Amino acid sequence: MNPDPKQGLQCPIPKSDYKNVLLAHGGGGKLTKQLIDQMFYPCFENVFLRQGHDGSILPPIEGKLAMTTDSFVVDPIFFPGGDIGELAVNGTVNDLTCCGAEALYISLAFILEEGFPLDDLWKIVQSIALSANRAGIKIVTGDTKVVEKGKGDKIYINTTGIGRILPGLDIAPQHCREGDAVIINGTIGDHGIAIMTEREGLTFESTIKSDTLALNTMMLEVFRKKPGIHVVRDPTRGGVASALNEICLSSDTGIRLVEEKLPINDGVRGACEVMGLDPLYVANEGKVLVILPENEADEVLSIMRAFDAGSQSRIIGSVNGKHPGILHMQTTIGSTRIVDMISGEQLPRIC
Amino acid sequence: MCLAVPGKILSIDESNPELLMARVQFGEAIREICIQWVEGVEIGDYILAHVGTALSKIDEADAKFTLDALREMGTSESDL
Amino acid sequence: MLKHLDEYRDKRLAENLVRSIESTLTRPWTIMEICGGQTHSIMRYNLQELLPNEISLIHGPGCPVCVTPIELIDQAVELGRQTDVILVSFGDMLRVPGSKEDLLSVKAQGGEVKMVYAPLDALEIAEKNPEKEVVFFGVGFETTAPAVALAVKQAQIRGLENFSVLVSHVLVPPAIKALLEDKQNRIDGFLAAGHVCTIMGTAEYISLAESYQIPIVVTGFEPVDILLGIQKCIILLEQNHPGVENAYPRSVKPEGNPAAKKILKEVFTPVDRRWRGIGTIPQSGLKLTAAYQKFDASARFRLQHTTAEEPELCLAGEILTGRKKPPDCPAFGNQCKPDNPLGAPMVSSEGACAAYYRYQKTDRS
Repeated sequence: MNPDPKQGLQCPIPKSDYKNVLLAHGGGGKLTKQLIDQMFYPCFENVFLRQGHDGSILPPIEGKLAMTTDSFVVDPIFFPGGDIGELAVNGTVNDLTCCGAEALYISLAFILEEGFPLDDLWKIVQSIALSANRAGIKIVTGDTKVVEKGKGDKIYINTTGIGRILPGLDIAPQHCREGDAVIINGTIGDHGIAIMTEREGLTFESTIKSDTLALNTMMLEVFRKKPGIHVVRDPTRGGVASALNEICLSSDTGIRLVEEKLPINDGVRGACEVMGLDPLYVANEGKVLVILPENEADEVLSIMRAFDAGSQSRIIGSVNGKHPGILHMQTTIGSTRIVDMISGEQLPRIC
Repeated sequence: MCLAVPGKILSIDESNPELLMARVQFGEAIREICIQWVEGVEIGDYILAHVGTALSKIDEADAKFTLDALREMGTSESDL
Repeated sequence: MLKHLDEYRDKRLAENLVRSIESTLTRPWTIMEICGGQTHSIMRYNLQELLPNEISLIHGPGCPVCVTPIELIDQAVELGRQTDVILVSFGDMLRVPGSKEDLLSVKAQGGEVKMVYAPLDALEIAEKNPEKEVVFFGVGFETTAPAVALAVKQAQIRGLENFSVLVSHVLVPPAIKALLEDKQNRIDGFLAAGHVCTIMGTAEYISLAESYQIPIVVTGFEPVDILLGIQKCIILLEQNHPGVENAYPRSVKPEGNPAAKKILKEVFTPVDRRWRGIGTIPQSGLKLTAAYQKFDASARFRLQHTTAEEPELCLAGEILTGRKKPPDCPAFGNQCKPDNPLGAPMVSSEGACAAYYRYQKTDRS
């Protein structure tokens, strides 16, 4: 049984030994073994890890496979609502889910900076274990490297995820059709604002937390009961606007959002107004866009709303043939404007 | 220019008389804003904040007058 | 619900104003706004779609980011490159191209460039880094200059030796005057920037309206505020009644903000200033007064004073003075796009060109 970090277990590497990561921890020798045996294995305990091979031998999987890879370099590594470890697991699970797959296995590679506190590593490892447990995904293989101080940034995490495509499911951005409804499972902009407001010079006293969350349990239920849905996409970097723009371009359809339907919590709204940011372009880590035939929307909404991850699900727009390839929005005052792709990251402004 | 946003004063810090500060709430996000230039503000008042300073106190009476007149504009020919 | 904000994004109120405008209008009029924030709002809410075609909205040089001369950006870049300097700036300035590069690329090359929301935060950075020189890039109109003045005054009070300001502030009334002096201008009426007037009051605009016999309406920033400003301007035009009206009384008083004006006067004084794309407008910029001269980064670092030219293709000057609209520029949407801007109006999201590019679906090649 993997330890629950809430029990507040102490870092298993004796403090008298080392407080911080040394180059030797990545060297493959005694210190690496200590990290693996005393920190990683107890947390990620499963039969595949214990095989002790260089890689991991997995059982056959029926049907098509989905595979995804991702790297996590977020700074700060601990932020309101989560940390880089939780982000890594949830992000990988969500990528697989958005392919229409049941997430099964994940690999974990750490690149640690020399001098990184072992206590912090322990917190992150526990966080990874808890998130993997919650998502029902197994960590089957891993790697640890250490780079010289100054050549990394505390910790980088790389993952590869493997999942099994659900039979009968055929989702792709190209399947977006005129007449479809666009659903989102909750408030937008939470993660990006939670991160931004931790930065020097932009701090708020805020209750804005990252929304990092694994969406697989909710979406598997949707996939099983409603395999006729067309597109599933998680609006991470670049926000809802970027994700939907890509779908418009891939499918050559136009998507029309309705501004007053966009769910945005007041903390995110306030911070965005003050900094001059548009929540449509801000990253999310626990949100999913579902595009589906309009007559199936009500049923899918009730399936999603039965889960915590989907309690605020709603329709935010529709697909039309009027402006192919263009994402546009009906504003609160009744006019229509384009919601374009932006180049680069949105920056706070004073003008 | 210039991006200025209305926020509600939650508390006032008078510890430095040359640099009066207030905790101001925008939606649910709270930030420290310098209120040195707005006279006679109290907790619960709304100020307009730009780059960390309060430019003015929102005149509730004028705001109400404007909104009422705008709402009535739909029903009669009256100008503001 | 954000109070004093959401009420002015209401559909019914917008519709009421549009109907009122339609019933008042008897002929075409051209109205200019000189405020990047208003340009942004007009584009973001696509107000032109709701307004009758007879009303032409043109966007003046209201983006202090866009009008900052290239040479000042080059100076900021030069400072950012120095190893013992931390260059602190508002987010807006980070992507504006100088003659060779912008501040973000200086950061990418290892220069210490930090972004803040408030000038007072730059003081904190100076206090935390006593071994470095902290230079704040002071950009903005009269709305922002008092906050920078406050930071400078606080630096004086706290005895901060390692803080200075690269001053790039500009003033609105001289720009309006310069535009109206140009006999080729087609401006019938102005919307004055509501937040500039919140600080400065309306006196300067009253004398401009009288001298040039033109209506100037002090206007806010939300879509209903802007429609209200336009409605009042149309009424003044239709009645042939030049003068100043205040469409933003919840924030603007005729006397402005006396305390902010006082600190502005104490720390800054007007100076001639080059506006990017336009040229020199007399007494249209600010510089530090003698009492605060030691906080001037340009003097402290003995920066080079050069004059740089825009790429030839860039029509910024004609765009900023409303003589042309962004789609009239042959480079718009081709060689000049937000991710590859030739001039400032395409970089800053309040710049007329960037706003057009982002929010209008027509006119894109």
